[in-house]
Parts: sequence; structure tokens; C-alpha cells
Amino acid sequence: MTEEKVHINEVLEPILRQVPDPEIPVLSILDLGVVREAILEGNKATIKITPTYSGCPAMDVIGDDIVSALAKEGYEAKVNLILAPAWSTNWITERGRKALEDYGIAAPLEESADKKALLGEEKIVKCPQCKSTNTHLVSQFGSTACKALFKCDNCEEPFDYFKCLI
Amino acid sequence: MNNNFIKYLYGIADNSLILGQRLGELTGHAPSLEVDIALTNISLDLFGQVRSYFQYAAQLSEDDITEDDLAFLRTEREYLNVLLVEQPNTDFAYTIARQFLFDHFHMLLMTEMQKSKDETLVAIAKKSIKEVSYHKRFSSDWIKRLGDGTEESKQRIQKAVNDLWRFTDELFHTTEADEAMIKEGIAVDVKMLKDVYYKNVNEVLETATLEVPELKYFQKGGKEGIHSEHMGFLLNDMQYMQRTYPGMKW
Repeated sequence: MTEEKVHINEVLEPILRQVPDPEIPVLSILDLGVVREAILEGNKATIKITPTYSGCPAMDVIGDDIVSALAKEGYEAKVNLILAPAWSTNWITERGRKALEDYGIAAPLEESADKKALLGEEKIVKCPQCKSTNTHLVSQFGSTACKALFKCDNCEEPFDYFKCLI
Repeated sequence: MNNNFIKYLYGIADNSLILGQRLGELTGHAPSLEVDIALTNISLDLFGQVRSYFQYAAQLSEDDITEDDLAFLRTEREYLNVLLVEQPNTDFAYTIARQFLFDHFHMLLMTEMQKSKDETLVAIAKKSIKEVSYHKRFSSDWIKRLGDGTEESKQRIQKAVNDLWRFTDELFHTTEADEAMIKEGIAVDVKMLKDVYYKNVNEVLETATLEVPELKYFQKGGKEGIHSEHMGFLLNDMQYMQRTYPGMKW
């Protein structure tokens, strides 16, 4: 679900798809939705990326990874960081959500459900291991800026939940 | 106008920078692992926001400066943060009370900044508000948990709120630069946020079964660069690497 059309050059697309999020390596930066534009002119590529969180330390790494991935294919890339429009978890693709779940990270809920889950009002975050909703919030802040820490009361496993950001 | 604009940016950015530095001091020292991670995550969000403001200020400035120069190479009097954010961590109650009193202000500021005539400020505000709402939820929850917790926790959080209350009024002061930018439609008129701030804060305190402090005299100065005795020590810690090894990179 993408709010506006994102233009990604079709030659660059497969290369960018190979670039993973450094903190969640199963997730391509395209599926994470941080690439907002990719233009190719001759062998010069201009890529616009937007941070998930303002202080996300992965942004510099993502920028470097894009440049080196494109350099390998003979393209000279310039990466620009843009702030608007602000990134939203709605920009994570279906494929991205599936990759998160398979990796053991619960994908973001819708905004209203997210609030209830984080406030501990309702048990709606599904354990990515056993799929039970019998889970509880341990901390609103997890191992990275974008995640909260949950624990499953069914299989007893702790797990990360990718916080909803709209 | 450029000069006033840059000063206005310092005022907002320095609040986040100095509070972020204070929270960073707690890395590995918070009472529990979850709280440690939460406080440093908040610190990281604040630093991220600071980078956006400083990159913008560096771009507007006529001097050849970078975001790092602004963070690490100014003198104490050139920092324009409010006194509240430079107050020491002291203990967990003070850390939470300071965060709570700032987050509620920060939330209102980011809400209003989205109406600025300046596009970059609007973009930063739209990005930051999502993060700040998590901070506010975290600190407000802890106020309630400590206030409505044990005798000991209640007494300690009440003392922290009482002690830090004298720094809240300054949040709503404006400098000459602020006033000039308010006229341009760029800055938020923080004077207008005061009533709703105290209403929101008092509501949480009441839910937490805490007393709202009654105070007639407040402290100010930070916004004009006149800081408390704690600021020098904080800056010393924050700046020594760049002062000792100028231009050093990570």
C-alpha cells in the first residue's frame, strides 16, 4: 500500500532489490519502502531515500550499500536523503511483511490496533513463532528504533514487533 | 532574517541535543535492560532530529560550517537550550520527570511547527512528531507507574517533579530572534502553548495520584545562553573528543 507512486527505474530495480536493510537482512530496502525514487541517466543513477526514524543509524550504511551495489554493475550512483513525505509502515510491501514474519519479527498492525497493543489494552500482536495472540508487551522500545519488545505467553518466546508508524 | 532564523533553529535543536546527551549518559546504567534500551532509543531519535536541524542551519549559514561544528564546537553561551534539559540525571525519578515535562512540550511544539511557512521545518516536524508521541507515551506511563506505585516511588517522583517544576515556565519564553521569526510565520509562538501544556501535564499528574506543584517563581536563562552550573560539565564530556582531536571522524 503506497500512498503515492514511487518511480523506480526498471534497470535499477533488480539491483536495488538485492540491497538488504543492514539491521533486518531478510528485508530488501525496496520492500522496506525507504527508496522513494531511482532515476537513471546514462550510467548516472540518482536515488532518493528517506529514513524510517530520524536517528536511524542504518541510513548511512544503506546509502553506502546502494552506491557499491550499483558501482558493481557499472553505475555511478548519487544518494540523496529526503525527509518529506515522512516514511510510514504502510510503505512496507506485502512481500516485506511476509519476510519480517518469517524472520521472527511481528509485522506492524494498523494504527488503532497498534495503539491498543502497545498500551496493553488488547492482545492482538501475533507471535511470529507459534501464531498465538496470547502475548504481552515487555517494552515499547526494542533492539532498534523501529521495534518494540514482546513476549509470547503461549510458547514463552520473546520476539520483536515492528512498531506501526503512520 | 537569516541570523534570526539560525538562532531559532539552535533553540529548538539544542533542546534535543542536550537532552539526548543526558540520556546517552545512561547507556548501560539504567535500572533495567528494557529501560536502558528505551532511554537510549529516545536519545537516538533526538540526535536524529538534531541532525536535520543542524544540516539545515549549516546550509543557511554564510560561514563554511557543518552539522558537527554546531554540535561540538560552540561555546557554552552559544547553546540556546532551556535549563530543564541540562539538569542532571540524578536518579530514575528525575530522569523520568525531566523527560515527561519536556515530552509534553515537545509534542505541542511539533504539532504547531507543522503549520510553519518553512517547508523544511514542516518536514522535520512531520517526521519528529511520530517519534515524540512514543517518547511522551513512555514518560507519561512511567509517571503514572511511579506515582501510583509504592510509597517510596511516589515520594521520589513527587520530589523530582517538584524540583524540576521551576524550569517549566521557560519553555514558553521567546527570545528576540523567536519573535522576529514568529512575525515571519516561520516560528511557533510558544507563549500560546502554555495553557494547554499545563492542562495536559496536570491531567497526567492527577491520574498518577501526584500533586501539581504550586510555584510562583521560575528559573530562566538557557534560551539566552545563560546556563546552570551543570552545563559546563556536560559540554566538557560531549566536546572533549572534537576539542582534543579536531576534525576526528568515527
